[in-house]
Amino acid sequence: MTVLIDKNSKIIIQGFTGKMGTFHADEMIKYGSNVVGGVTPGKGGSKHLNLPVFNTVKDAVSETGADASILFVPPAFAADSAMEAADAGIKTCVAIVDGIPSHDMIRIKRYMRRYTKSSKMTLVGPNCAGIISPGKSMLGIMPGHIYKEGRIGIISRSGTLGYEAAQQLKNLSIGVSTSVGIGGDPINGSSFRDIIEKFETDDETDAILMIGEIGGPQEVAAGEFAKENMKKPVIAYIAGLTAPKGRVMGHAGAIVSAYGESAIEKVEILKECGITISKNPSVMGDTVKAVLEKI
Amino acid sequence: MDIHEYQAKKILSDFGVTIPRGGIVYSPENAENKAREIGGSRWVVKAQIHSGARGKAGGIIVCDSPLEVAQATDKLLGKKLVTNQTGPEGKIANRIYIEEATDIERELYLGLVFDRSSESIMVVASTEGGMSVEEISKEKPETIIRSKIEVAVGMQSFQARELAFGLGIEPDLIRRASETIIGCYKAFSELDATMVEVNPLVISKQKQILALDCKMSFDNNAMFRRSQVSELRDKTQEDAKEVFASDRGLNYVSLDGNIGNIINGAGLAMASMDMIKLAGGSPANFLDVGGGATPEKIVKAFKLVTMDEKVKVILVNIFAGINRCDWVAEGIVEALKKIEVNVPLVIRLAGTNVEKGNQILKESKINYIEANTLEDAANKAVAALNK
Repeated sequence: MTVLIDKNSKIIIQGFTGKMGTFHADEMIKYGSNVVGGVTPGKGGSKHLNLPVFNTVKDAVSETGADASILFVPPAFAADSAMEAADAGIKTCVAIVDGIPSHDMIRIKRYMRRYTKSSKMTLVGPNCAGIISPGKSMLGIMPGHIYKEGRIGIISRSGTLGYEAAQQLKNLSIGVSTSVGIGGDPINGSSFRDIIEKFETDDETDAILMIGEIGGPQEVAAGEFAKENMKKPVIAYIAGLTAPKGRVMGHAGAIVSAYGESAIEKVEILKECGITISKNPSVMGDTVKAVLEKI
Repeated sequence: MDIHEYQAKKILSDFGVTIPRGGIVYSPENAENKAREIGGSRWVVKAQIHSGARGKAGGIIVCDSPLEVAQATDKLLGKKLVTNQTGPEGKIANRIYIEEATDIERELYLGLVFDRSSESIMVVASTEGGMSVEEISKEKPETIIRSKIEVAVGMQSFQARELAFGLGIEPDLIRRASETIIGCYKAFSELDATMVEVNPLVISKQKQILALDCKMSFDNNAMFRRSQVSELRDKTQEDAKEVFASDRGLNYVSLDGNIGNIINGAGLAMASMDMIKLAGGSPANFLDVGGGATPEKIVKAFKLVTMDEKVKVILVNIFAGINRCDWVAEGIVEALKKIEVNVPLVIRLAGTNVEKGNQILKESKINYIEANTLEDAANKAVAALNK
């Protein structure tokens, strides 16, 4: 089992014929992802990149058997597209788009409560780099070649900091089972806790590197979950030691507004949960290596 | 996005919240007339800046005659106010709000925020109005009551009633108090707010429930569908460099150090700032040029960072993904043809086509220090500072 996607995942692109959708669909295909088509309302029946275009996600799913999708639609339409994917039976959906209103994210999550756990779509993002299982499939916008195949699971709010980690691991000849970008927004589809839980049961993953930052309760929630429920080691780095309180640092969700949301407080709480801390961002790889040597 | 008190009051009054009579003025003459127009015998002159704690900074003056109102306006107009929220540089009051004074019987606190844990809207109320919510939670935590609102169905009357009774409001006023709380909730949810704070919410001696001071913040991501709110933005209340940046699609936060940063991605930018600190330096800014880091954005970023006189070294850290290092390098070379950089420049490129990118930089005639890793970049930036 691979977390969220594998070689057989059938991928459709929502917002297929737009500039972003076209470019990244092509990148995913080159990487080896099994892209089976796309959706652009009104362009159904045509071909794009030699693949079929559908008017609705339901049509795409019934014609191709797609089970994964990636959204390249403008922020104003993203909530609608995500709910359409959930309703059509997509299992894993990645929302790359940056700029979805928080009220819309809450709406999506409430909408998804109608599904039972086994039929509920996993939404990853928004404002994220997506998912990659190196050598198998890429459902995202990351540079695939910096990820070596291996047995470390990565979860990151930031895109480029996740790349930095993958590169450091590769330089140490350590590979990645799956890397999941959960995104920088205050309310996201999947939390750190949701994804580490999946990694715990993934027999292709030995240890998990969690890359967090200031703002929000999710790193701490994941730490508390790990303390109670996980056997696999978790390594964490938290960015933003120098970030001032009350300011938004780029990511809409990167703002310290309550106790436990600053980098120093998160590090302290995670340590108490038994998580190994990477002291700074340039030793994420080394810290993972040291932990692996102890297993 | 933040707005002024008088703007928040106007919005809340449109949602059924009672506010004291008042009006905005731009001159002392204007203020005197406004006071007569409002009527009564006491007025409050309030400097409009994007900050709380204005009273302590001398930004709120109670007056007993229209003449005093004019004098107070004259004193406050154009004045720089420094509060515990503005930083040492303060904020300038360009607009003055004149309001009838209220005979206060009780002061309460009412706030609405997004709760990221439960992904719902949280209403927080306390009997200790007039203090900041931080102070209340530190000194009188037992007075705080909370109510979690399910966004899909909105706030129900019973929830508002529970809060009103919880605040010890007398039975005759419960209905009006509930309407006030629901009005604030509706303003929050219908206008894509991220924060509504009425502090204090007062019960007057005349048994009116009034919003005496309010603050509202909004979700920048939702402004595309809230043009009536986005028009309320007052750029004079924001840092000039941050306005320059946001107008050009860059994420920038001004800080007090001297190492200027140009980085792609918010997480990598925060991480680079952390490395600078560990190396013994101090960042002058947070700047995320976006994951894509297009050459146009790089030019704008150099323009922005060189505007800051504190900057003594510039650190560029780009992890190229889909964009390639050679492309980024060309952007940097192009930027340096247009913008004069008189301080040491440290550049670290990583990711796709890094060799080619570094080669382009070397072959150009730009004067820079090459770095290979995050740590190397931070160390070299700090070393360049100390030379």
